[in-house]
Amino acid sequence: MSSMKSAGITIDTFKKLFTAGKRFDGRGLMEYRPFEVNFEVSNCAEGSARVRLGKSEVIVGVKMNIDKPYPDSPDKGNLMVSADLLPLASPRFEAGPPKFDAIELPRLVDRAIRESGMINLKELVVTPGEKVWTVIIDIYPINADGNLIDAASIGAAAALKSAVIPGITEAGTPDYKHRTKKKLPLSDETLPLSITVFKLGNTLFLDPTREEEEASETRTTFGVSKWKGSYMINSCQKSAPVCLTRAEIEEIAKLLPKKYDELNERLKKFL
Amino acid sequence: MNQQIDEAQEAEPMETEQSTKKRRVVVPGEVIVSGEDFLPSEGARREGQDILASRFGLAEEAGRVIKVIPITGAFIPRRNSVVLGRVTQITLNGWVIDIDAASSGFLPIDESPRFINKNEMDQFLAIGDVVAAKIWSINVRGIDLTLKGKGLGKLEGGFIFRVSPNSVPRIIGREGSMISLIKERTGCDIGAGQNGWVWVQSDNLDSQIQARKAIEFVSENVHVDGLTEKVEGLLNK
Repeated sequence: MSSMKSAGITIDTFKKLFTAGKRFDGRGLMEYRPFEVNFEVSNCAEGSARVRLGKSEVIVGVKMNIDKPYPDSPDKGNLMVSADLLPLASPRFEAGPPKFDAIELPRLVDRAIRESGMINLKELVVTPGEKVWTVIIDIYPINADGNLIDAASIGAAAALKSAVIPGITEAGTPDYKHRTKKKLPLSDETLPLSITVFKLGNTLFLDPTREEEEASETRTTFGVSKWKGSYMINSCQKSAPVCLTRAEIEEIAKLLPKKYDELNERLKKFL
Repeated sequence: MNQQIDEAQEAEPMETEQSTKKRRVVVPGEVIVSGEDFLPSEGARREGQDILASRFGLAEEAGRVIKVIPITGAFIPRRNSVVLGRVTQITLNGWVIDIDAASSGFLPIDESPRFINKNEMDQFLAIGDVVAAKIWSINVRGIDLTLKGKGLGKLEGGFIFRVSPNSVPRIIGREGSMISLIKERTGCDIGAGQNGWVWVQSDNLDSQIQARKAIEFVSENVHVDGLTEKVEGLLNK
């Protein structure tokens, strides 16, 4: 058993620190930790990326398979995002059926990617109404030191950028041994990233470490992208019962474009 | 108060900071020495002629006895260890305390330092409070804790953070030398539990951050020689 919640005195100290605009690792409240991205970490996946955001580490793989389209979208490919919170990543994660966090994480990443229109799913049709490509994004946290959602979304965007479509055999099944050089039909314009804003007491902060995340009172994840020069919020989800004030939401609205540009610039160096 | 926590720790078999004994880093399966003359102790085992390490840590030869002081690993509760823990539950006759071990600790109401009214137990310790407690017994039901003793009790103010439990002896240092150095230079109250939880308290936020940095530095550089000087250098910056 491991303690999930922070001690009362620790939360009080964090409140005092954040009010003074300080953090234990010397960052500003709205500052992301440095991150690096490596590609081709899995040779079985069609595209993969490993993201290290501070001490948090996530491996994301993209697998392609030929499947039937969903009945409501016969002219579109499928997108599936799944995650497995491995016990090796954190003493907080247990083996067994997925719990709340393990279901929420891939759904947040899924919505941010799907609603941004980054993947043109219509181009993934092999035979209309019968056979379409299914893009499967698998997220594996290797070390959880807070802010897994943002790390996973950076990883998913990077892995998609590096993915290639496998060949098709005569029987109409994917031929994984002979990959084409064809990249996925991705939009060059838009790169969806999620930005998660945390709140403790009266202060907002970004990119928490594990202990900061455990001390935080509420969390809101925004899926942000840029489309034809304007910033878009593609998805948004808030957790925990503590509310955000109107002034705080306005502050977030001003913050999101700046942070999106910053992350985008940093990610583009690796692509 | 925290001075007393360290005094309570003194019963612990402590790893001394500057040792004249030879030490080197070994990995599991590595041959430390060969020969019939040696005896394997904690963290080491014999296979034929060789003494092998069974843990990752520092191999130490003390005469004929070979032992490995682990660098990594979980906290293994031992009797008389002083630990820091967090109250997770209040039951009819005591408090359930998370001490970051495989099983949680139980602090019976009779083991509190003064009389507690059973109806007002949360006046003394509420959920989320942090205590310094001593492991009183370990049995099949779990770990029993006590607050009777010098320096034990509820911790007020400050914050808790975690380091590797194996680095705690080094953080305390020989007869508390390292911890008192950090305390002196930063002006913080510091208490370290054997389970790797460290409590730091000060009214000054910057000195809290500095104290934490120094402790984490020690924790990450356990096997480095001349650590005291390096910590002094870090604190003088």
